[in-house]
Amino acid sequence: MNNMYTFDTSTLWAALPEIFLLSAIVVVLLLDLFLTKPFKQATYYLTQISLFITGVMAFNLIDQPQTIIFSGSFILDNMASVFKVFMIGSTMVAMVYTRHYLIQHALFRGEYFVLVLLSVLGMMVMVSGYSLLTLYLGLEILSLSLYTLIAIARERAGAVEAALKYFVLGAIASGLLLYGMSMIYGISGSINITDIANFAANADLASRETLILNFGLVFLVIGIAFKLGAVPFHMWVPDVYQGAPTSVTLFLSTVPKVAAVAMLVRILVDGLGAMHAYWADLFMVLAVLSIALGSVVALMQTNIKRLLAYSTISHVGFIMLGFVTGVISGYGAAVFYVFVYILMSLAAFGIVILLNKKGFEADQISDFKGLSKHSPWFALMMLVVMLSMAGVPPFIGFYAKFFILQQVISAGFVTLAVVAVVFAVISAYYYLQIIKSMYFEESDKDITIVAPMDMQLVLSINAVLILVVGIFPDFWIKLSLSLF
Amino acid sequence: MDNSLLSLLIWLPIFGGALVIWLGNERANTARWLSVALSIVVFIMSLSLFTEFDSSTHLMQFEEKASWISQFDVYYHIGVDGISMPLIILTTFSSILVLIAGWEVIQNRPAHYMAAFLMMEGLIIGVFSALDGILFYAFWEASLIPMLLIIGVWGGDNRVYAAIKFFLYTFLGSVFMLVSLIYMYNKGGSFSILDMHNLSLSASEQAWIFWAFFMAFAVKVPMFPVHTWLPDAHVQAPTGGSVILAAIMLKMGGYGFFRFSLPITPDASLEFSEIVIILSLIAIVYIGFVALVQRDMKKLIAYSSISHMGFVTLGVFALFLAYTPGAAEGALLGLEGAMIQMISHGFISAAMFLVVGVLYDRLHSREISTYGGVINSMPKFTGFAVLFAMANAGLPGTSGFVGEFMVILGVMQANIWYAVLAGTTLIVGAAYTLWMVKRVFWGEVTNPAVSTLSDINAREFGILAILAVAVVAMGLYPQPVIDVMHVSIEHLLNQALTSKL
Repeated sequence: MNNMYTFDTSTLWAALPEIFLLSAIVVVLLLDLFLTKPFKQATYYLTQISLFITGVMAFNLIDQPQTIIFSGSFILDNMASVFKVFMIGSTMVAMVYTRHYLIQHALFRGEYFVLVLLSVLGMMVMVSGYSLLTLYLGLEILSLSLYTLIAIARERAGAVEAALKYFVLGAIASGLLLYGMSMIYGISGSINITDIANFAANADLASRETLILNFGLVFLVIGIAFKLGAVPFHMWVPDVYQGAPTSVTLFLSTVPKVAAVAMLVRILVDGLGAMHAYWADLFMVLAVLSIALGSVVALMQTNIKRLLAYSTISHVGFIMLGFVTGVISGYGAAVFYVFVYILMSLAAFGIVILLNKKGFEADQISDFKGLSKHSPWFALMMLVVMLSMAGVPPFIGFYAKFFILQQVISAGFVTLAVVAVVFAVISAYYYLQIIKSMYFEESDKDITIVAPMDMQLVLSINAVLILVVGIFPDFWIKLSLSLF
Repeated sequence: MDNSLLSLLIWLPIFGGALVIWLGNERANTARWLSVALSIVVFIMSLSLFTEFDSSTHLMQFEEKASWISQFDVYYHIGVDGISMPLIILTTFSSILVLIAGWEVIQNRPAHYMAAFLMMEGLIIGVFSALDGILFYAFWEASLIPMLLIIGVWGGDNRVYAAIKFFLYTFLGSVFMLVSLIYMYNKGGSFSILDMHNLSLSASEQAWIFWAFFMAFAVKVPMFPVHTWLPDAHVQAPTGGSVILAAIMLKMGGYGFFRFSLPITPDASLEFSEIVIILSLIAIVYIGFVALVQRDMKKLIAYSSISHMGFVTLGVFALFLAYTPGAAEGALLGLEGAMIQMISHGFISAAMFLVVGVLYDRLHSREISTYGGVINSMPKFTGFAVLFAMANAGLPGTSGFVGEFMVILGVMQANIWYAVLAGTTLIVGAAYTLWMVKRVFWGEVTNPAVSTLSDINAREFGILAILAVAVVAMGLYPQPVIDVMHVSIEHLLNQALTSKL
């Protein structure tokens, strides 16, 4: 046990991407201070370069043997590396879209990019965290950066309200999570996931002594459900999505979900996997409620950001269904769903941002009216994204739902699968509303697209991937399964 | 034999459609020529399915199989037998007609219109040839997308409602099919439809799966009481959309009963056959009367479609009552009659919708009361219209008669009263069709606009003439079609009568 608590610099390579990113953040922050106005764009490029290098470093660590360093509180395994590469890639795509939005709405500031980098660092720590404390630390780095990012449009009342709301509710969730962690620590005597897993595996779960383990578990599940935005802990999602600047919503709705799922896997699967029967029941309720509420409430929305918020809630429900199954292939299905969700969400918000221009915030469904006339290409892309979200083949969203349903049915929950597909059909209605606006209605205002070519190109690739990966999903399904 | 023929038939129109989209509406004429040329090429290629078809076996022919999603043993597995092959040729045939029919009528985004039809053609051929459950489902759902856009973009005044209703109805029906497919995969370890035919299932499993499939296929056929989307969709869709919808998309539902319900859940099909038969009879009789009171020509034909498709489900499910050991003729007649009815209805409904389309293009009205005395200004056109109307009413010598007659003969061996009820369609059908003909084509010219109508041009004449030949040929000599399907139908009958319990 003793050598576990020593600090060995020869193992630092495992955390190389994080160390590099932290240094890069400091450099970008300092440089931004001295850049004069004409060179402000440099911050953006530096951010992208830092992310790219971090991504390459994380990529090089794929297929390394599992390594646990820093006294058992930091893990490097395939899941961590693949998640990191994916998160960094998604962030880079998000930044391409973001730049257009920031320029159009005069929000282009160096701090924005530094905060994004910081939140990426926080998420990387979450993905690799292997003790309750590291996980919490990562979560807080992420959350604090996000609160600030939302409030960066401080002249807008909606943004400030959203930031405050997210901050207050986020703090409560963090509190609950910490409370749960303290209970787990109290009974198991350790904050390391490995020790907790050993303890839970050997504990007599029915006895009174381990009752506190159950209490702790409930608080942990609540904390995680809050971060994922599952019903009934979803209240912040629609308001924050709507109030935040669209570029922040884009980031918020995509990359942090990967980190939240990673935290879920670390705590509930790796740590408390022995208690699966206990948390699976909670998850089943959360999942069904999320799918139902996300599908039904979205029907009434006219604001597309709010609509996508409810759509996210229903997707989160599907992701949680994967964890209900309690088998490795079910977890794989959930991770595959996360990948697919991020790909779709990036494209959806990307197209919302695409329509933005100076003084015009395209956030109503009616802003999409007649898009198919003015820009047949991007209307087609949005059609692909919407149908994919609705789960219509041959788009990737179908395979994500299919994989989850297959696992759920195979675990014996046929009724659960039927409930899920019925709500999927209901949710198809609101995705069709957007298609309706784009294709079946004429526009009453001018919708010329002013976005730069790099954004148009990346967005096109992003959306085309939804079709191409949909036709050849084998690689991604196998990759998702290999992470467990 | 060319081994990738089926793949070509599927993907050539789909990629061709993509090419047409790329050409864009600015190069509309190139797009039109390319689309029609492509559809003719595909049709000619599909004919070799017929000529090289071996009608002495029920096994799948022109098979192709490649691994697709290895994680779930999903294969890109396609092939045809005597049941799917005629439907594929019907698809390629009808596609040419609708593309030509939309030639000058569609001025709003013509290239996109053509592309949507081309892609839909490929996807529907995919539906009819898929031998893997997931591949089938993917094609099945994907074919909704072009139709949604066709109705929604090029449809009538109430098109948005109709398009969304169409999509949601069929989507809701088919998700249950997906759940049953997954259920059977988890049980049998294969998504292959042919493996599912041999999968043993308990009575209650069969009942659940039967109803799940029933939801998907009954909506598509459509059967009473889930037929309400069809009149809306038909009325709002542009002519081409109505044609494809009636001629092919409805057949996907009928095909589903042949390919899935009967062989996979034979015992449940037997158990619930009475319910399906009664629903079919309601469709035939009640919907026939509903058609009688319609004022809108397209709505009238839409209801008549539902009534005629009732014969398909009647013929399929009457086999359980018509079959007596040692005498399979009654059951076989019913099944083959259902197949013939599907193909014949493909011709006739296409023709009827095109006839309405011709009138609509001229006066922009579908109301029967707008017209009257059309024969005075459009004699050639009226000739065709009356022929198709007669076929719709089931006149002997036209294709409309053959299928209905066979089904009624089959049902006669099951229950004479069912046959009597089904037979009333010959009266009601004649009533609503001929009454419409009387009000639209005969009589005095009451609307001055009618007297200024110009008769059909060469393009319209060509389309209607081809259909007229098809209708009469099928009516006089249906034997070649019966021959290619006979062995497959016999095999299917065997499967349906072999208990899985």
